[in-house]
Amino acid sequence: MSTDVIRVLSPTAILGYGFPVASFEDGLSRNPDVIAVDAGSTDPGPYYLGAGVSFTDRQAVKRDLEYLLIAGRSRKIPVLIGSAGGAGARPHLDWCVDIVKEIFEEQKLSGRLAIIPSDISAEVVLEALEEQRIDRVPSGPELFSEAVEASTFIVAQIGEEPIMAALEKGADVVICGRSYDPSVFAALPILRGFSRALALHMGKILECAAIAAIPGSGSDCMLGTLDHDGFVLEALNPERACTVTSVAAHTLYEKSDPRLLPGPGGALDLTDCRFEALDDRRVRVTGTRFVPTQDYFIKLEGARPIGYRTVSIAGARSPDFIEALDNILDGVRQQVRNNFPEVQEDDATLLFHVYGRNGVMQALEPETKVNPHEIGLVIEAVAKTQASANTICSFARSSLLHFGYPGRLSTAGNLAFPYSPSDFQAGAVFQFSIYHLMVIADPVSRFPFELLDLEVAS
Amino acid sequence: MKTLKDVATVIRSKNAGPYELTFDVLFPDITTYERVVESGVVNAQSVSQLYGIPLEDVKGIIHFAPALAIKVTIKRPRVSGNLGESDVYGAQQHAPFLTLAIN
Repeated sequence: MSTDVIRVLSPTAILGYGFPVASFEDGLSRNPDVIAVDAGSTDPGPYYLGAGVSFTDRQAVKRDLEYLLIAGRSRKIPVLIGSAGGAGARPHLDWCVDIVKEIFEEQKLSGRLAIIPSDISAEVVLEALEEQRIDRVPSGPELFSEAVEASTFIVAQIGEEPIMAALEKGADVVICGRSYDPSVFAALPILRGFSRALALHMGKILECAAIAAIPGSGSDCMLGTLDHDGFVLEALNPERACTVTSVAAHTLYEKSDPRLLPGPGGALDLTDCRFEALDDRRVRVTGTRFVPTQDYFIKLEGARPIGYRTVSIAGARSPDFIEALDNILDGVRQQVRNNFPEVQEDDATLLFHVYGRNGVMQALEPETKVNPHEIGLVIEAVAKTQASANTICSFARSSLLHFGYPGRLSTAGNLAFPYSPSDFQAGAVFQFSIYHLMVIADPVSRFPFELLDLEVAS
Repeated sequence: MKTLKDVATVIRSKNAGPYELTFDVLFPDITTYERVVESGVVNAQSVSQLYGIPLEDVKGIIHFAPALAIKVTIKRPRVSGNLGESDVYGAQQHAPFLTLAIN
């Protein structure tokens, strides 16, 4: 085993997004020391964390994992999975562990499986709140105990430390709850004595796999090769290339400031970072620094239920209806309020999304004087119970369908429905309740792992 | 008159966490990048006008030469996924930048 370089194979941007087998095999032919993959994000919104449901499909995740686990076990290299099940709370973790166990059994694999839950109990957060160990993030609100108590799940983004601890105990496969995206990519390099700054920065880019290449793809493999002075990024599909601009541009992605990237325990400082082209397809990165913070901060994420949703989808083509739409919608809102006291008392909400006008940008839309020939409408009701949301949506839909207004020519109905039934129950609705920083004493002991010996059944 | 879309190779928006929206404008070469940066057309005032938001909601304008990029971050009008949301990922909020006039 070489100590001069370490190779990290990132097969796909999100476990379940897939990858071409040829790219993956090419990656394996380069003798990677570890296969690491990120499985999560808060991007799909609060529902998946709050409801304990994965946003990726089980079959798709299993397909990816089969390749990863078979390759990892036959080559005796670790397979590390971050943010299992997307949101990384206990139900997501169990969901992913179940798939891994199923594959071990079906493929007759054996090895040591480490499971690192990253759930944080409400009591722990409340205690931290009491002790003023909770901080806001930029543009975020203050945290109150009520929001903590109302959350269904609270997770922390773990750093690389608990993963390193599991690897030291001989784990062959590590499945983590919610993780800071670079953690699974950086854990083995840091354990082997490589620079934390470079390992994390390489992880920051590898976590999105070939998105940092050109043409970019979230469903293709990337290889990172780290030495003691820098790292080299390479897209494994010959149709893609890593260029200085594609890699540097990726540093911007989903971040508010590309020069300083905060994470667990400190921040990556890219001020003196250099991106150099080694050739047409490979980029070398040097000069990244890691600036530790005095206290060890981890990011908490939580979501809380706020009710149930029903939606109805319709279109309209009458010029007189489209022109009078604002007054018409006000009229319908008034009819709904008069009929249902829960709407008056703010226990239920009725919303109209008007596509063709400002459905996408709402208040941020600068083009307010538009004259569309047709519009799309989503009628949305959110209430304390599904039954109440159904009632309000249905009443608003029928009121709008037959609403009379001055100059109305089309008296048979104002709306075109693409579907029968016209209304759809969207189920429980969640919102982010926690997205804050918490100071912890020890990043390892806070996240103990479970170690299982998976044997081939005889 | 030229607009940003005539000279940029990428103009995109995305959430940066659930509380902020971030815009990346990428240029094809250093000359174009420097010309737009030096023209100063992308500034807190122009962004606040473009999106009809208060000046204090423009959280940052960063010129990042290694990526030939200008990055703009604003406060999200609502926390991602909150009631009334229209763009959970924040991936379709970039259009006003397309037609920003450049000198």
